[in-house]
Amino acid sequence: MSAEEPVSEGVLLDVRALRIAFAGAFASTSANTQPLLLAVDGVGFQVAAGETLALLGESGCGKSASALGLLRLLPAAGRMVGGEVRFEGRDLLQLPEAEMRTVRGGGMAMIFQEPATSLNPVLTVGHQVGEVLERHLGLTGRAANERSLELLTAVGIADPARRLGEYPFQLSGGMKQRVMIAVALAGNPRLLIADEPTTALDVTIQAQILELLRSLQAERAMGMLLITHDLGVVAQMATRVGVMYAGEIVEEAPRDDFFSSPRHPYTQKLFAALPDLAQRGGRLETIPGQVPALAEMPTGCRFAARCAHAWQLCRQQSPEWREVAVGHRVRCHLYSEAGGGHSPGDGGVPTGAAELSATIATTARQRAPEPTLLVVDDLRVHFPIRRGILQRTVGYVRAVDGVSLALARGRTLALVGESGCGKTTVGKAILQLIMASGGSVRLLGQELGGQSRSALRPLRRRMQMIFQDPFASLNPRLSVGEIIGEGMHALGMVGKAEQGRAAAITAVLQQVGLDAAATDRYPHEFSGGQRQRIAIARALAVQPDLVICDEPTSALDVSVQAQILNLLGTLQDDLGLAYLFITHNFAVVDHLAHEVAVMYLGRIVERGTVDEVLRSPSHPYTRALLSAVPSPRLAMHPRSQPEYIRLPGEIPSPANPPAGCHFNPRCRQATAVCRERYPETSTLTTTHTVNCHLYAPDQVNSQVGVSVE
Amino acid sequence: MLAYLVRRLLYALPILIGVNLITFALFFIVNTPDDMARMQLGVKRVTPEAIARWKGERGYDKPLFINESAAGIGVVTDTIFFTKSARMFAGDFGRAEDGRDIAREIVTRMGPSLAIALPTFVLGLLVTVSFALLLTFFRASYLDFWGVVLCVALMSISGLFYIIGGQYLVSKIWRLVPISGYGGGLDAWRFLILPLAIGVISGIGSSTRWYRTIFIEEISRDYVRTARAKGLSEVTVLFRHVLRNAMIPILTGVVVVIPLLFMGSLLTESFFGIPGLGSYTIDAINAQDFAVVRAMVFIGSVLYIVGLILTDLSYTFVDPRIRFN
Repeated sequence: MSAEEPVSEGVLLDVRALRIAFAGAFASTSANTQPLLLAVDGVGFQVAAGETLALLGESGCGKSASALGLLRLLPAAGRMVGGEVRFEGRDLLQLPEAEMRTVRGGGMAMIFQEPATSLNPVLTVGHQVGEVLERHLGLTGRAANERSLELLTAVGIADPARRLGEYPFQLSGGMKQRVMIAVALAGNPRLLIADEPTTALDVTIQAQILELLRSLQAERAMGMLLITHDLGVVAQMATRVGVMYAGEIVEEAPRDDFFSSPRHPYTQKLFAALPDLAQRGGRLETIPGQVPALAEMPTGCRFAARCAHAWQLCRQQSPEWREVAVGHRVRCHLYSEAGGGHSPGDGGVPTGAAELSATIATTARQRAPEPTLLVVDDLRVHFPIRRGILQRTVGYVRAVDGVSLALARGRTLALVGESGCGKTTVGKAILQLIMASGGSVRLLGQELGGQSRSALRPLRRRMQMIFQDPFASLNPRLSVGEIIGEGMHALGMVGKAEQGRAAAITAVLQQVGLDAAATDRYPHEFSGGQRQRIAIARALAVQPDLVICDEPTSALDVSVQAQILNLLGTLQDDLGLAYLFITHNFAVVDHLAHEVAVMYLGRIVERGTVDEVLRSPSHPYTRALLSAVPSPRLAMHPRSQPEYIRLPGEIPSPANPPAGCHFNPRCRQATAVCRERYPETSTLTTTHTVNCHLYAPDQVNSQVGVSVE
Repeated sequence: MLAYLVRRLLYALPILIGVNLITFALFFIVNTPDDMARMQLGVKRVTPEAIARWKGERGYDKPLFINESAAGIGVVTDTIFFTKSARMFAGDFGRAEDGRDIAREIVTRMGPSLAIALPTFVLGLLVTVSFALLLTFFRASYLDFWGVVLCVALMSISGLFYIIGGQYLVSKIWRLVPISGYGGGLDAWRFLILPLAIGVISGIGSSTRWYRTIFIEEISRDYVRTARAKGLSEVTVLFRHVLRNAMIPILTGVVVVIPLLFMGSLLTESFFGIPGLGSYTIDAINAQDFAVVRAMVFIGSVLYIVGLILTDLSYTFVDPRIRFN
């Protein structure tokens, strides 16, 4: 964006050539002498009243730094080194700090990603909302109290008078984010900056919060700057979209244009890397290489090194903005006069080669299922609640309450559900990392429950786990070789002989696509995706038959997620691994799984093949869950969009589940019988079962056809 | 909450019995009753008969733990341990070897001990928390840098140096206050002001650095960013948001020592000649007066347990998460 461009009517925020730098790693007292690394380089955009600009990008692209920079709230190491931020005509970067404080929370407010940590734990909700009212509106006492009540009501909090006196820990995650929104709205801001506002929330809660944000924005005609990595959220919320890569905006377009014809090769790759756009079981498009480090930004186009269409010019000269359609601008040499001959192809859809490999892989996955590897029968994990002087048990948290599963070699079973439904506990109980309270777990026909530690040891080789966060799950003080070798040694796979061990480690590293040189390096030297590869290598090192994957890609960016999913697919085909895939991400399920089990409050409510559960969901909970997922595909084919089923409330406590069917308080189709007894399992097909009174044998004839209108 | 307190007090009983047993055992591994008698009788009059008489008069002629010659429950009760140590649970500390009543001695000596320990504690806490807040406010500036350097310098110097140096400079060279001693009533401040100042200064280094670390850690949390995004000033953020959260870890280290203030300070009291419980303990150790040592260790462990319970209670005041669970 050139500086001479005039400010158009209604523009609330006008950012031009914003440059934000961070001091090097050892910045504290001597920050001034450290080299500055540009994290945001020449970013410009506008937000008008009543519109939503979504800034889309992967982690580290500078989108959050840009947002914090607008409010001048960068962390200590950050510096604004250039540009202009005009908000309602004033350049914020020139304002004295005292005046800037009237803008923060007053003109512009911000909500953050993690509601659990963004509220002060020791102050009441009323205090945290009232603070803003006092600061910006001068309201205190009764007037402030009344306004706080209005605000809490406006953000959809039931019983607001009671909530005002409560502390954040007494609220659920969704409720905390509502309070955060109330805090942000308290100063009557004209612009709302939302930094990944729903990333930490479950899909049904995410749907509620996005709906709330949309309606509040419409009511108040606020401008909104939405920072996100989720194309689905963009599709639902944005008016316009800006794509950030390595500190620059590379493409900007109105939403519909953006989804129908993304132009920048990076944007096209992002779409292609989405699991639900690819053929199931096939290989996902990935972006080779990594985002360049801040210290070694290339002189030309920053995406050139990873771009399939790059040629000489791209590496030499940074591309200028080109307008390719009305309001649709892109920074790519492909669209300049010089780049006329290089067609990027129509983005979004995997190219021919990818489709071919997908077909091959799909055939491979449809091999006849092998004998059953894992049988879980009526598994229960109850945690006692203790009270009183003698710590007597007064009740149980029924985290897992009668779960049965079966998994064959070479197959993937996805266990899906919202947080708190007990899916991770199932995984841990299968591995015997926590004691089950009842039921049986049999691996290769051998009962695991009740075995001594030494008896379990040989069986541990057969089952391994991959965890969610590769940053937290690898010991930072051990080298990669030690991390991988430890398991082999502990389970007696290799002797102490250095040679055999080193060869085994190299072999397993190659299997996950890492170089043998990684052996002597430490986890912090690797990127998130590489670390997850190390975690997979660690699990594979002992040649397991069963791998329990607990949200293995939810901490990763989309393009990295695609690499990991591809790797898991390849390993399954090559080694015949069985995966128990614990996740809340339906796109991943659709891509990877053969069978799906949906959990709600410690029990499985529906199970079947992927097609049965995802294409013809039967349980009202499954339907609501599926409809709440914001899919970028919907924006491209608006007609296929099913109506969103609003799920009221949140998942109840497993210590005190509702009587009858656990789901009845949130279910639109609940009847008297649902409140009385838990439904039996109804068989729909040989593979598809559901626990819902709608499908009970005596009701089948009258009710099974009822649709969720 | 009441149930919790009762449970904690019940847990305290086995701990106190254990402390008593260990103190008793340790003392009598080093000393035998014969050694005690020799020490008390002095070098000249020591004859086997005198020792036996001394032990007989004071009840040290019994076996330590188990009396095999006694009948029935006397096997356990008719021993040195039971007659001397176990009685403390009933609040009976007995007499010191010089015949004075230990309980009364403790009550009279508590005053001077508290007169020095309490102001040192309160003033020290105020000074270090304020200093730490100041450094936090000016974090990553030269003031912060040199403040931390000063703290490291202060904590690197031995506590004895402050005492001896202070006495030399303030009392000997400047002749502002007496070097040591204690006077009752309002006149006591002349004797207290120097140990008070030295007590505060010698504690600044380590506490400030610790509190500063807590504040800096707290200030990088997400809720502080939220508070700033509300448009609050840095001072409001620091006092209303950061301080209240930082109080939680600070209380852990601070509340536990409050009951122990009654015990006085061993070092300060003996250097400044203050007749408190600290110097009482030191003297008793030197004189191998087991009755006093035993009583002081017992009281110390009771006060420590009280301190731990108070710490837990204080959490409920500053942390709503604990108050409501």
